[in-house]
Parts: sequence; C-alpha cells; structure tokens
Amino acid sequence: MNLNEHLPALLLAVPLLGAFTAPLFSLGGKFLRNAALLAATFLTLVVAFLLWRHVSAAGVAVYVMGAKSAALTLPSGMKFPIRIILEVDAFSAFMALTGAIASFAGALFSLNYMNRFTGLNRFVSLYCLLTAGMLGMMVTGDLFNFFVFFEVASIASFGLIAFWRDKPEAIEASFKYALVSQVASMFILVAAGALYGKYNILNMAAMGSVLTLGTLEKVALVFLVGALACKCGAFPMHMWLPDAYAEAPSGVTCLLVAVSQASLYGLMRVCFSLYGVTLGSSFLPWVIILLGLASMFFGVSMAVVQHEIKRLMGYHSVSQVGYMLLGLGAGLLVLPDPAALASYGLTAISGGIYHMFNYTMYKALLFLTAGAIYYATGTRDLNEMGGLAKKMPYTTFMFVIAAAAISGLPPFNGFVSKLLIYESVFAIHPALTVVALLTSVLTLASFVKVFQTAFLGPRKFSLSGVKEVPSGMLLGMTVLTVAIIGASLFPTWTLSHLVEPAAKALVDQGAYIGAVMGGGM
Amino acid sequence: MNPLSLIVRVGCDIFAWFMLVFGTNVIIHGYMSPGGGFQGGAIAATFIVFLLVAYGSRRVHSWVNEGIYDVLFDELGLLSFIILAFLGLPTSFFFNYLATPLGVASPWFTPGAGTIFFMSIAVGIEVTGALSLVILNMHRGIRLFSESPMEEELGHDR
Repeated sequence: MNLNEHLPALLLAVPLLGAFTAPLFSLGGKFLRNAALLAATFLTLVVAFLLWRHVSAAGVAVYVMGAKSAALTLPSGMKFPIRIILEVDAFSAFMALTGAIASFAGALFSLNYMNRFTGLNRFVSLYCLLTAGMLGMMVTGDLFNFFVFFEVASIASFGLIAFWRDKPEAIEASFKYALVSQVASMFILVAAGALYGKYNILNMAAMGSVLTLGTLEKVALVFLVGALACKCGAFPMHMWLPDAYAEAPSGVTCLLVAVSQASLYGLMRVCFSLYGVTLGSSFLPWVIILLGLASMFFGVSMAVVQHEIKRLMGYHSVSQVGYMLLGLGAGLLVLPDPAALASYGLTAISGGIYHMFNYTMYKALLFLTAGAIYYATGTRDLNEMGGLAKKMPYTTFMFVIAAAAISGLPPFNGFVSKLLIYESVFAIHPALTVVALLTSVLTLASFVKVFQTAFLGPRKFSLSGVKEVPSGMLLGMTVLTVAIIGASLFPTWTLSHLVEPAAKALVDQGAYIGAVMGGGM
Repeated sequence: MNPLSLIVRVGCDIFAWFMLVFGTNVIIHGYMSPGGGFQGGAIAATFIVFLLVAYGSRRVHSWVNEGIYDVLFDELGLLSFIILAFLGLPTSFFFNYLATPLGVASPWFTPGAGTIFFMSIAVGIEVTGALSLVILNMHRGIRLFSESPMEEELGHDR
C-alpha cells in the first residue's frame, strides 16, 4: 500500500474517525477523551503536512473513493468521471495545512480552557467533525460534495457556537449563524443543481472543461459567489460573524477562523478553476474587489469603536477578509491577460493567498489570547482590564506578536502579504491601495488601544488575583506563534515554497482539469 | 404531554412494533430496493414517537436509557461504517472488497452488493439511534423551558 496515494482520503478519514470514536473514549474518562482529541487533530496535521509535501513534489493529487485504483478517474473509457473524487492541488494542500495547524492549536488550547464545563465528549466529537468538514471543503473535487462538507461544517459549528447553551447570547449567535448558513447552503445546492441539470456532471474539473457562459451559468455563479461571500464574512453579509466569533468558546473560534477561509477557498475555486477565463467580463472581479474594499473599510471602522475584546477581533476578521478578496479579485481581473497576470496579477494572488495563511495564524492566535485573558480575568470588557502584562507575561508576548502581525508592522508576515497586495493593486488603481493602507493604519490604532487598555496601564484592584493561564493553553498559543515567527523569519522560503506554488496552481485551470480528465484537454 | 386514552395506547402497543419491523425490513433490503439505511432508520425511529404520543413524555423518559441509543446504536453504526470504509484502504477508501460480479454466486453468505449491504445496515443503526435521541432531546427541551429554569454552567459570566 502506497501511503502517499491515500493521503487525500486519510485527511478526511482521520478527523472523522476521531469524531466517531470520541464518545467511546469519553467512557474511559477525561484523560482518554483529551488524548483522543489531541491525537485526532495532531494526526490530521501530520497527514496534511505529508499531503502538502507529496503535492508539491508530485503535482496535483487525485483520489477516487471506492475505485479499483485510487487515481482511476475515468474507468473503462468513460467520458465523464464517476464516483466521489477528491482533488488536491498545491492551493488545496496549502489551505489544508493552514486549517490543520489552526485545528491542532485550538484543540491544544481547549484542553485546559474547556476543563470547567460539562458535555465535553460532544465537544470533542463536534470539534473533530468541524475539522473534517473544513478539510473536506478544501480537498473535494465535486460541487455536490462541496455542499455536503459545507453542511457538515455548518452543523458542527452551530453546536459549537451554542456550546454554552445556558447563555442567551450564544444561542442567539448560533441561531443567526444557522439562518445565514442555511440560506447560503441552499444557494449552493440550487447552483449545483442548475449546473448538474445542464451538464450532467458535478465534478468541478469535468464541468470546468465543458462550461460555456450562458444565462444559467451566470445565475449559478451569482448564487455561488453570494453564498460563499456570505459564509466568509464579506461586508454586507457579515452580521453573523462578530456574534458567532465572540460567543463561541475561544478554541472553537480559532477553528472557525480557518473554516471561514474554507469558504473563501471555495469562492476562489469556483471563480478560477470552474469558470476561469470563461468569465469573459471584468464585472465579477470588480464585484469581488468592491466587496473587499467595503469589508476592509467598514469592518475596521466598526472594530475601532468596540470595547468587548472578542467582538472587536470579530470585526477585524471582516476587514482582514477584505484584503484577501481584494488581492484575489485583482488577480481574477487580469486573468485573461497573460502580460498583466505575469507583471502584477500573480503577485496579487500570491498576496491574497499568503494573507489567508497569515490571517488564519494571527487571527486564531488573537482569539486564543482573548480566550486566555477571559479565562484569567473572567471578563471580555476592555474597560474592566488593565495592567495584565506583569501578571500574564507569556500571553502578553504572544498577543504583541499577533497584534504586530495583523497591523502589518515590518518584520512580521502580515507586512509581507499586505505589501504584495498594496504593490499589485496599485497597478490597477491607486485608490485601492489607499483604502488598504488606511485600513491597516486603523487596524494598528485599534490594536494599540487593546494593548494599552488590557496589558498596560495601572493594575486594577479587582484583578489582583489574576495568574498566567495553564500550560496547555500556552502551548496552543505557542503553536501559532511559532508559525507566525517562522513565516516572518523566512519570508523568501515561505513565498517560494508555500505561496507561489499555490498561486500558480490556482491560476492554472488546465492542470486542475487535466488531473481528472486526462492530459489531452 | 399527558398519556392518551386506553384505546390509543393499545393501538400503539400493537403498531409500534410493526413500525420497527418495517424499518428493519427497509434497512436490510436497502442495498437493492428503494429506501436504505437512512430511510429505514427514520422509520424505525418512529417507534419512540409512537410511545411519546401515546404514553406521554414523563413515562417514556423514565423507560428510556439514553446511553443505549447514544453509545450502543450511534457508536456501533458510525464505527462499523467507517471501519468498513477503512478496510478497503489497500485498494482505496470505501473500496467494495466483498462485491461479486453480477450472476456469480457470492462465496460468502453476504449478498453480491458486498460492503454496501453492511454499510446500509450500519447507517440504519446509526440513524435509528440518532433520530430517536433527537426526538427525545427535543421533547425534553420543551419540558425544560416550561417546567423549570435551565441549569447554569459554572465558570463563565452571564
């Protein structure tokens, strides 16, 4: 048995097995349950890493569930691929690695953080299920299975957001998220059904090879883009995001950040690999760019006035998603023009993709530090905090790193991805860069505010009993800190080994189609 | 919810078992006829709905041991499903290693559909357990809000 061949299936099977066995392990007590959660997420991380290594060495990996051989997409001379097909190119592998890191860090953090609550066997199951759903969205090659994994991820997140079910705010946040997700997933189902009705295929690569732009395809595209932009938290449909992120337990928020990136991944997969150059006009790219600009500006301007720490970070998520939409929209705009694509389009896409990685790392870390502060002080209101730096030195250190990275201060990875986006979108219109820079400044302002009020300043009498958080939580945060520092110290390696292959894979529609349909397309 | 009249309860006593048998029938023949694991499981789970309607929630909740549904049914179904999928791994995940071609007699006692037969049963067991639990929990949820305030978790602010 060649392990490399089976990695795409294992990436989904391992967290699913974790989710299914968690209640069984929970019978054996707290230690076994925690060990099951850690083992499932850590093994997922290992599989994601091996898969990324395999894909960067051997090119696009295809996996056919239940076939006589794992790469048999077109059995006995069929014209269209059958069975459930997973397709992993460099972009998918990159996203899966990112998501698996966030999932492992969140699990490590949750061990201590969730210690005080009941019903944890369900927490472990749902957490693994959410991981499986997220990774499934990233590796599936099939539009209907994308919908299935979208639903798996959504339903697991409803339970996790409302995990503190005695808290009315948590129920409200979960209900709001449930409404938005269900509308979005019905949109995806309608779009998949419409395309299936016309082309009789659901495989994205096969559909991409025969797709021609007509009214039906345009309607399906509107449904897909609307639904996925809604789920990744772009501006006009962002209202679920701050609530859901604020009310979920912090370890879960860390994973939810990665899940929203899976929706963004789906959006890009649909735009680049399914439609690609058949889009024809520059209307959709401009819609994505404008969505990005609006998310960036309105997200950050809502964030500046918040004084509840997790809500503030939730609004920052809206604004950070804007950067990725801007970069990827700019890349989509110049996709039909090879010269412009080579001169700045690929840079914009690299910037967007690198920002997806960076955003997942530092935003997940920020939510974990917010959770740590909440664990230690029992409040999420910035007005009630002060002088925590002396009491919680490690948390403070990691918060500073994450805050500097999200604000785009020079040595950190956030700066690199933002710079790539600034310099490439400048070629389209300078105003885009101006909005992006302004957003960055406001982000810095808002995190200076958080740092000043929570960590510096006079020590509050009410917080005199505060201690540093337990080591499990610190370890969870350390995983993400190491990822941020690593990407900051070796920006050239990260760009050339992680980001640029992903950007090239995203642009190369032919390779994505060829992996399933055979070389001669 | 209060128990209904004697006539209804006797009717339930008879017909609830038929629903269970019918559900099992749909599950077992799921691999080759309309229906299958999910549909049969949903039919089998109506057993608990019959009891809830006829006997009222208080009595049914005192009869039911939710651990049986939770651990026995759910776990058995889910685990056998994923283990069946894993066993195909040397070839590919979900590979049907027990299948025999059409017209060839199966060397085992299993039907020619192979793992599909077992997976359908696994899904049936899982769905029976899960849907019964969903119904019981939703029903108890109604009682929780109408009869007593909810229990609060310790450790987070309100």
